[in-house]
Amino acid sequence: MSNGTTASPSLPAKPANRSKDAAVSSVVEASSLVQGPNNIIAPTEMLGSQAIVRSLEELGVKDVFGLPGGAIMPTYDSLMDSTKINHILVRHEQGSGHAAQGYAMVTGEVGVCIATSGPGATNLVTSIADAHMDSVPMVAITGQVHSAFIGSDAFQEADIVGITMPITKHSFLVTKAEDIPRTLASAFHIASTGRPGPVLVDITKDAQQSKMMFSWPPKIDLPGYKTVVRGHNKQVREAAKLIAASSRPVFYVGGGVIKAHAAAELKEFAELVGAPVVTTLQARGAFPDSHELHVGMPGMHGSVSAVTALQQSDLLITLGARFDDRVTGVLHTFAPNAKVIHADIDPAEISKNRTADIPIVGSVKEIIPELTEACRTRFAEGGAPDLSAWWNTIGRLRETYPIGFTPTQDGLSAPQHVIQRIGELTGPEAVYVAGVGQHQMWAAQFIKYERPASWLNSGGLGTMGYSVPAAMGAKVGNPDRVVWAIDGDGCFQMTNQELATCVINNIPIKVAIINNSSLGMVRQWQTLFYDSRYSNTDLNTGAGTARVPDFVKLADAYGCVGLRCERDEDIDATIQQALAINDRPVVIDFVVSRDSMVWPMVPTGVSNDLIQIARGMTPEWEEED
Amino acid sequence: MARHTLSVLVEDVPGVLTRVASLFARRAFNIHSLAVGPTEINGISRITVVVDAEGDLLEQVTKQLNKLINVIKIVELMPEASVQRDHILVKVRADAATRLQVTQAADLFRASVVDVSTDSLIIEATGNAEKIHALLAVLEPFGIREIVQAGTLAVGRGSKSMSDRALRSVSA
Repeated sequence: MSNGTTASPSLPAKPANRSKDAAVSSVVEASSLVQGPNNIIAPTEMLGSQAIVRSLEELGVKDVFGLPGGAIMPTYDSLMDSTKINHILVRHEQGSGHAAQGYAMVTGEVGVCIATSGPGATNLVTSIADAHMDSVPMVAITGQVHSAFIGSDAFQEADIVGITMPITKHSFLVTKAEDIPRTLASAFHIASTGRPGPVLVDITKDAQQSKMMFSWPPKIDLPGYKTVVRGHNKQVREAAKLIAASSRPVFYVGGGVIKAHAAAELKEFAELVGAPVVTTLQARGAFPDSHELHVGMPGMHGSVSAVTALQQSDLLITLGARFDDRVTGVLHTFAPNAKVIHADIDPAEISKNRTADIPIVGSVKEIIPELTEACRTRFAEGGAPDLSAWWNTIGRLRETYPIGFTPTQDGLSAPQHVIQRIGELTGPEAVYVAGVGQHQMWAAQFIKYERPASWLNSGGLGTMGYSVPAAMGAKVGNPDRVVWAIDGDGCFQMTNQELATCVINNIPIKVAIINNSSLGMVRQWQTLFYDSRYSNTDLNTGAGTARVPDFVKLADAYGCVGLRCERDEDIDATIQQALAINDRPVVIDFVVSRDSMVWPMVPTGVSNDLIQIARGMTPEWEEED
Repeated sequence: MARHTLSVLVEDVPGVLTRVASLFARRAFNIHSLAVGPTEINGISRITVVVDAEGDLLEQVTKQLNKLINVIKIVELMPEASVQRDHILVKVRADAATRLQVTQAADLFRASVVDVSTDSLIIEATGNAEKIHALLAVLEPFGIREIVQAGTLAVGRGSKSMSDRALRSVSA
C-alpha cells in the first residue's frame, strides 16, 4: 500500500495477483495487432496519399463511402488507381458515415467513410456520434488543411479532432506522411477490438502530398490500450452460484451479444438455464423471437411480459447491455428486488447506472460459454433452479398481453399492419433498417427477428435520417440479402438524397415510407402530454394534404421505382411487387393513419411498473405469487 | 464531497490534456486541481488531478479515464501513503512599517521571500493544503494583492515507482 491503491478498473480482483490471473494473460497479443493478412511489404517509396490507399488495401478494406473535396483530393487521386477498393460516392457526408455503420453492422468488419476538411468533416459528426453511442466499428478519414495553415482559420479548416473528441473512441491528427500506415492500422485495431467504436483519422494535405517509405505491417504501439477478453474465473463461478440459487432469473440481453457474434453461445446458455430472455432494441435478433424462452423487448415501448420479467426478477443475467434509461425507466425503481450479474467488455459500463453484484469484464463471446460450463457443473451438483412458478407468471403475461394494435378510426391503414406484413412477406433472412420514431418502435415490435444482423437502427443517439444510408451500406456489405429501409416521412426527408447513390451504384434497397404525414413520435407525445397541441409536427406529406414532396414522383426523379399504397387490400400486393424488383431501388409510400400510437408505453419519469398497454390502461396484475 | 488525488500516467502526445480535461467536463466530474508535467521517462507525462467525488462516482472517473487510449495508468494516492504538496506565490502589501512582520510570518511557515519592492513582497510557499491555507490566513490582514497557485503534486511514499510498474505491465 505504500504507493497508494490502484484505481484501475477491470475486476475487483486483488491488485497483488492481477499480473498472474487470466484477465491479463488474455490481453491481445502484441504481435497480431494489425488487421488483415499482414503481408510483408519491403520499404517502397510512395506518396502519403498512396500510403493511405495502400494501407486500407492491406487492412482488407473492400468498400468505402465518401465524398471528395480540396483537402482530401490527393487521396482521391490515388484511390482512382486502386483495383481492390470500391469507393461509393455519396451525396452527403452524413450518408457516408451511416452507410459505413450499416456496412459494419452486417459484415462485422470496420466500416470506412472519407470526407474532406471543414464542412465535409463536420457533416460526418452526426454519424460519428451515432456510431459512438451504438458501439459500431468505424474509421472516418478526413482531409485537413496543410499543416502550416492549421490554427489560422484557413479555408475549410475545422478542428475536427477537437470537435469529435467526445464522440469518438479515439482520434488522430496526422501531419507526417510516414505516420500514415501505423496510424491507420492503429485506428482499425482500436475501432474493432474491445468495445467497438468510431475512430477518426484527420490527415493534413501536405502529409498526403509528401513522399514517404511505405512498409507493412507497421508496428502498433498503444501502451494505454488493453482489452480484457476472458471473464474472471472466480466471478464466473460466483455468477453460476447466483443463477442456481435464483427463482426468477431473466436474461437481459443487449447489443453487445450481436457485436460479439455470440448468439449461438447465448442460445445454448439460455436453454440450459431455461430462464426468460428479453432482447433490447439493440439486441433484436440476438435470440430468436420464435424461441419459447423469448418474452419480448424491454423498455419504454417494450412488451408487458419483458418489462414485467425485469421488474419482478430476482436475478438479472445482463449480457452486453448497459442499463440505458429507455430500458430502466426511473432507475431506482428498476428491477428493485433483483441481484445483477453484469458481463460487458467495457468496464466503465459496469455499475455505471446499476450497481452489479457480480461484475464480469470481458467479451460475452468468451464469458457466455464460461458461464454455461460453470452452470452445467453447478446444476449437476445441486440441480437446476425450478422456474415453473416464474414461468406461470411471465407466460400468463405473454399470452394475455401480446404486442398488438387497434384498428384505425380514419379509414387509413394501420402502420403496424404494414410493417408486420413487410416482415412476414420478406422473412427473417432480410435486413431491416429503421429510422427513428414511431416506425422504428413498430419495426422493433412487429417484425420477427430470428438471427443477428437483421435489425439495424439508431438506438442510442436516435438519429432521424439513419435508415436510407445505413440500408445502402448494409446492401453493399450483404448484396445477397433483401434490405428494407423502414422509414418515416420525416426521417426520409433528411437523407433521401442517397437514393441517387443507390441508383447510380446499383444498390437495390427497398424503402418503405410509413407516411403518417407527421413527426409521429413527437405528435404522439403531444397527444399524450401536451394536451393535443400539435406544435410543428405536421409534415403535409400524407392523406388529404398538399403532399409535398410527392414521394412517388421523388422516387421516379431519382430513377427508383415509386409505388404508393393507400388501402389495406393493396398492402400485400405492393410488398410483393417491391420484392420482385431487384434491379433498382424501390420506394413505397405507405399512406397510413397519423393517429396510431406506439403501445405499450412507460411514460417518462415513472417506474416501469406503470406500463400502459393503451392510453390510460394498465395491465391487470395478479396478486404476487 | 470527498476529495481524492489521482495520479495519471499519459502518453505525451498533442491533445492529451484536452482529452482528460474534456472528459471531466462532459461527464460532469468536478476537478479541484490539476497539474501536468514530464516524468523521468521520455514520452510519458504525469497528471495529478484532485477530484471531488464519492465512491461510485470516483470509480466512474477512473474507469472513464482508463478508456482514453492515451492514458496508461491511474493510481489513487491516499493521503496517509503519499506526499502531497501545493505550491503558491503570494504578492502581499508590505511597506517599511510592516515588512518585518510579513517576513517573520513567512519564516514561520518556512516560506521564502522571492521579490521585494517598496510596498510589496512576493512570498513563495510549498506545503500541504492546510499549511497554505494557514499561511494565507496570516498574510491576509496585510493585504493580499495576487495569488498564483499550482495544482497539487503528489507522489507515493517509499521506493516503488508508479511509472516503473506501469511500463513493466505495458511491455509484459
